[in-house]
Amino acid sequence: MTMTCWETVQGYALRSIGIGEPLLPKSDFTLCQQFTLIGSGLIWNLYFGILALTFGFFLANAIALARTARSPWVRKPAEWFVFVFRGSPLFIQFFLAYEALVLLPKEFTLFGAEISTSWTTRAWAGALLVLFLNTAAYSAEIFFGALKSIPKGDLEAAEAYGLTGWKKFIRIEWPTMLRLGWPAYTNEAIFLFHATTLVYFSGFPAFQQKGDALYYANFFADKTFNPFIPYPIVAFYFILLTLLVTTLYGLVNRRLNRHLPSNQRQKIRLRPNLVR
Amino acid sequence: MFDACADPKAIEGLTWAFCYLTSAKHVDFYWSFLTVLALLAITAPAALAMGFLGATAARSHIPPVSFAGKVYIWMVRGVPDIVFFLFFVIALDQAIEWTTHQIVCPDWTEPIRKGLEFRVCPEAKVPLAKSPAIVHQIYGFFLAVVTFAIVFGAFAANVIYGAMNAVPHAQLETAEAYGMSRAQVFRRILVPQMWVYALPGLGNLWMILIKATPLLFLLGVKDIVYYARELGGSKTQVYEYPHGDWRLWYFLGLMVFYLAFTRLSEIGIGRLTRRLSHGQATAAGEALRKAAA
Repeated sequence: MTMTCWETVQGYALRSIGIGEPLLPKSDFTLCQQFTLIGSGLIWNLYFGILALTFGFFLANAIALARTARSPWVRKPAEWFVFVFRGSPLFIQFFLAYEALVLLPKEFTLFGAEISTSWTTRAWAGALLVLFLNTAAYSAEIFFGALKSIPKGDLEAAEAYGLTGWKKFIRIEWPTMLRLGWPAYTNEAIFLFHATTLVYFSGFPAFQQKGDALYYANFFADKTFNPFIPYPIVAFYFILLTLLVTTLYGLVNRRLNRHLPSNQRQKIRLRPNLVR
Repeated sequence: MFDACADPKAIEGLTWAFCYLTSAKHVDFYWSFLTVLALLAITAPAALAMGFLGATAARSHIPPVSFAGKVYIWMVRGVPDIVFFLFFVIALDQAIEWTTHQIVCPDWTEPIRKGLEFRVCPEAKVPLAKSPAIVHQIYGFFLAVVTFAIVFGAFAANVIYGAMNAVPHAQLETAEAYGMSRAQVFRRILVPQMWVYALPGLGNLWMILIKATPLLFLLGVKDIVYYARELGGSKTQVYEYPHGDWRLWYFLGLMVFYLAFTRLSEIGIGRLTRRLSHGQATAAGEALRKAAA
C-alpha cells in the first residue's frame, strides 16, 4: 500500500505529538515522508525553544540584577548559578537532571494532597526545565555585561533629573540594558533553538517515538543508510527557523533603538556559539 | 588489581571503596579522560589550521576560492552543529568506503547503493570486518576528530576572518607603499597582528570545544559519558561490586571535571590575553601601558 503525499501529511504531520498514524513508516521512506515527519518533529523544537526563552528571559533579568547586588548573600548564588550552567556542557546537564529526577520518590504527600513526580522525567517537563535554567544563565551573563556598559553619562543625567532607585532602573537602566544586550541576546535565542536538538540524544528518552526534528532525521538515516537526504532537510528547516528568529528579534531591536539616529543603532550580527 | 581486593564480597568500608574505585573497569574510565584530552589536543590545532585556510580562502581575490571559503564559514550558521556531527560521521565513513571500493574492487558490478543498503565489496570495508576491536575503536576516534575539525574549523575561520578584517587597513596600505608584495603583506603584517583580535573569539571557541567533547558519546566513541553510564548503572549481586543506581554521582563527577576544566582555561586565556596585549594599539594594550608608567 502506498500513500499519496497528501495522505502522508495527514497521517504524520502531527505524529510527534501523538496524533495520526501510530506507527512510523516501515518502507519506502519517500521524500514526502521525510519532509513531513521531520517537520512534525520541529513542533518539539519550537515548544522547547519558545517556552524556555520566555520563562528564561524573566529569570535572566532577575539574575543579572542579583549579580549587581552589593550583598554577597544575593550576589554569590547568582554568580554560582551562572558559573555552573555556563561552565559545564548542556549534554551533561541533561543527563544529570534526568538521573536526579528519576531518583525522586514516585509519589509523596504534601499537605494531604498526593503528588506524583513521574511526569518530571519526561522530556517535555524535565528537558524544558534544564533548557530554561541554561538559557537563563547565558542570558543573565549577556544582560549583566550590558548593565555594566551603560554609559555613565546616561546615569548621571537620570540623577540630575531627580530619578533614583526603582524609577531610575525601570526608565533608564533596564531599557538601555535591553538595547545594548539585544544583539547578543538574539544570538542566544538562535543557539537555544539549536540546542533543543540535543534533548532526545541525551538522558531523556523519546516516549512512543515522539521526538524532535533531529530524532526523526536520525531515524531515517539509520533506516536508509543515507545521510544525504534527512540531515539536509533538518538543515533546511533550521535555516528557516533561524531566519524567522532573526526577523522577530530584529523587529524588537528596531523598537529598542527607535530613539537613536540611524548611524548609532546596534546592528544584529550572527555570532556562533554552537554547543553549550 | 590489589591482593586485598581478591574477594570484594568479603571486604567493606574504606577498603571496599578503594577496591571499587581501582577495579579494571574504573581504570578504563580514568583512561577515557585521556581520550577526551587527546581529542582536544588533536582537534584544536587541526581546527585552527582549517580555520586559517578557510579565512584565507574567503579573503582570496579569486572568486571561486573566495566563494568556497565563505560557504564554509557560513555553513555552520543557522544549522545546529549536532546535525553536522551526526551527518559527517556517516557521510565520511561512506565516502572513505566508496573511494576504497573504487580502488580495491574496480571489477565489482553490483550497485553500491541498492534499495536501503550501502554495500561495498568486503575488501573495501574500513576497517576490515576481521580487524581487531582496537582498530575499530581507533577508526571511530579518527572519524570523530575529522568531524570535530571540520565543524570547529568553520567557527575558527569565522573568528579569524573577522580578526583579519580588524587589522587597521592603514597598516596594510603602508606595507604596500613600501613595495611589499601581497604575500609579504599577508605574512609580515597581517598575520602577526591579527592574533590579538582573534584571541577573544578563539578563547571562546576553546571553551565551546571543551563543552562539545561529550558529543563523542553520540559518535560512538567509548568516552567518559559512556563509562559514567556503564559504571553508574545499578549492579545486582552477580557483579563483583553490587550497588544501586549511582549514575547521578558519576555525572556529578563529570560536571565537576568540566567546571574545573573551563575555569582553569578561563584563567589561562586571561593571562594569554594580557601577554598578547602588550604594546598593541588596543584599549587593553593602552591600559597595560598606563599601569606600567
